Amino acid sequence: MNETVLQLEELTIALPPGADRANAVSDIDLTLRAGKVTCLIGESGSGKSLVARAILGLLPGPHVRIGSGRILFEGQDLAHAPQDKMRGIRGAKIGMIFQEPMTALNPLHTIGRQLDEVLRIHTSLGKAARRARVCEVIDSVHLPEPVRIIGSYPHQLSGGQRQRAMIAMALLLKPRLLIADEPTTALDVTTQAQILYLIRELQREHGTSVLFITHDFGVVADVADEVAVLRRGTLVERGTAAAVLGAPSHSYTRALIAAVPKLMPPAAQVANTQPFIVQARDVAKTYGGRGLFGGRRVTQALAGVTVELRRGETLGLVGESGSGKSTLARAITRLMPIDGGEIRLGGEDIAQFSRRQLRPIRKRVQMVFQDPYASLDPRQRIIDIIAEGPIIHGTPPAKAREEAQALLDLVGLDRSAARRFPHEFSGGQRQRIGIARALALHPEVLVADEPVSALDVSVQARVLTLLADIKARLHLSMLFVTHDLRVALQICDRIAVMKQGEVVEVAPTAEIFFNPQHSYTKALFAAVPGGNWQNRKAS
Amino acid sequence: MRAGLTRFARNRMALFGAAVLLCLLVLVALTPVIYPDDPFKLVGPALQPPGARFWLGTDTLGRDVAAEIAYGARTSLIIGVGATLAAIIFGAAIGGLAGYYRGKTETALMRITEFFQTIPAFIFALLIVAILSPSVKSEIIAIAAVSWPSIARLVRGEFAALGGREFVQACAGLGASDTRIIFRHMLPNCASSIIAVGSLLIGTAILLEAGLAFLGLGDPNIMSWGLIISAGRAVLRSAWWICTFPGIAILLTVLGINLIGDGLNEALNPRLRER
Repeated sequence: MNETVLQLEELTIALPPGADRANAVSDIDLTLRAGKVTCLIGESGSGKSLVARAILGLLPGPHVRIGSGRILFEGQDLAHAPQDKMRGIRGAKIGMIFQEPMTALNPLHTIGRQLDEVLRIHTSLGKAARRARVCEVIDSVHLPEPVRIIGSYPHQLSGGQRQRAMIAMALLLKPRLLIADEPTTALDVTTQAQILYLIRELQREHGTSVLFITHDFGVVADVADEVAVLRRGTLVERGTAAAVLGAPSHSYTRALIAAVPKLMPPAAQVANTQPFIVQARDVAKTYGGRGLFGGRRVTQALAGVTVELRRGETLGLVGESGSGKSTLARAITRLMPIDGGEIRLGGEDIAQFSRRQLRPIRKRVQMVFQDPYASLDPRQRIIDIIAEGPIIHGTPPAKAREEAQALLDLVGLDRSAARRFPHEFSGGQRQRIGIARALALHPEVLVADEPVSALDVSVQARVLTLLADIKARLHLSMLFVTHDLRVALQICDRIAVMKQGEVVEVAPTAEIFFNPQHSYTKALFAAVPGGNWQNRKAS
Repeated sequence: MRAGLTRFARNRMALFGAAVLLCLLVLVALTPVIYPDDPFKLVGPALQPPGARFWLGTDTLGRDVAAEIAYGARTSLIIGVGATLAAIIFGAAIGGLAGYYRGKTETALMRITEFFQTIPAFIFALLIVAILSPSVKSEIIAIAAVSWPSIARLVRGEFAALGGREFVQACAGLGASDTRIIFRHMLPNCASSIIAVGSLLIGTAILLEAGLAFLGLGDPNIMSWGLIISAGRAVLRSAWWICTFPGIAILLTVLGINLIGDGLNEALNPRLRER
């Protein structure tokens, strides 16, 4: 049995009066051991991040505070340690990695200086010794060209490199405990796989104990030794990774695992031979350029992309950030002008249509947006949001509202939702409202831009089912943009893989799963978190 | 909005400001009843100190200072509110166009805005009133002309931020016209910021008006606080009451309006609440 590094004893974190529950987390017992990765998994609002902040003494006081319980670390109770003592422990003995490395690093200082600063504060090493240690740690996180990295500013590095630099910073003082709060959520899958591998490697090398906070069971399967499942502030299940993932005892854990989209293709289907409804040919789009004084950096978002969508089909656009998939979605809905190429809707090229010409087109192509919090006007009632489209296109307001009521039924919301405002709904419910708004115009083509990526897995599964169901019932054609191959496999008939503004491979879903042709497609499949675990389960 | 008003009601300083403003409004409403006579009318001996008959005294010509202040309050409020409304409408239009259309429109409009901002406000206002000849209308125009740039910059910033939000794009995707997007979606979403900043502008406008009137550029036929102070400044040492009471009136009014503005700002922009 490995030695205990940190122990939570009946930890309770109190929320201010008026919050949705009295305690963010109640009576958490958790033991973190040396050389083990403990995953704390939970959906949004489960209180998992607050546990991490409580350990570091960084709760957003004075309203959120430790109510009762103890946090035992090296014989001290951190729950009641004074702030100056916590400063000595933070960084030196407990390292921390955050979700978004860009905001956690100071944009005005070079990476080298920020690493050096940590050493200067916590150790009495001389300049040369500090420099040597910085180089060593940068090398250990496999950042290329340490000298260049040391002299770089955060914005000059890629997301994955920044996260490596954050890990380097966290490991600089050889902490006994590393707390990683969703460290890979903001990263692409291939980068995520590398970072997970790195954390695993470093942790084995140094015997560090890791508390890994995540919402993704795939990630858990890849890194965890032990797993704790948090549900609305209560620890519902705890055990070794094999036990919790293999034979979950609590119904909530079972439901969560069942909701994780499977890395499995759908049953083979008859090929769709309907005519094309949307044809985007050689679509090109560049961002930036043409500044007042010229010479601004130009990014080619779409470099002559051709995709075709058949009537009644769901085509997946899969790619990592920066691949141009969202740009293509916005180009096809004509929310964004393009620089070249054709966009044919039922044979008619709409790429150069004026706003007036576009109005009838808007009814035929509708979009579901990624962020359910930003895509609904916070000052409008739900009924007005859904009815707005038909009203714009000339439906009498009373009739449009009546139809909006019916749409609420269709997307599985209660009719009482009509009179309420967006902020009264959860992310999943808002996404349903967004879908209802898109359907209100009776479109032929639905373009869904990452419609489930901001949602918890259990909600994700329900929204995907709803989308698939509606699509079949209303005979829609759908362009489905996602970064998640698992989601794409679940819902799409064909998948187009995009990389750096180009489509590298298009094939029916089953074919692309069993026999990916392009090396990038293969890399994407290999990087899906928890892929191995699910393959084992599937077989 | 309703939650914002509840938060406003919990702010004691803001409530004090609201009380001051309420008193002022009551005073303005009752002025014709309490002082039915023209405030320019000579009603008693000159330079009477505050007492039983003229409880704020009389000025150098024998006019009742209390009546003058009551009528001056009406002038201050009319000019303060009028100039602010004009500044908001003009500023929001300029800023809104710049923030919504971006690109060259934005560059052109914002350069004009910045040009106006570089001219010292008070001197510019003096100049405009001098050109237009002193009257309530020209004072409103002058004060609005120096106040609109801050509103324009605010609205441009808000519109630029809102324009990138998905709900605005979603609306464009439904086929909505620019007018609909601007008036139905974007303006309501930055109304709270405009109200908060606009309420502060009223205070500034009242100060500017008093300044103009003090320098003799107010409407000579209309009583105003600046005018009383201007008339009383020569006898400041012998008849302190002529300048003091309108001064206190200006101080209380502007303070009250600023407190209300701060309160609204905190109540309607929840980002500032967590302090």
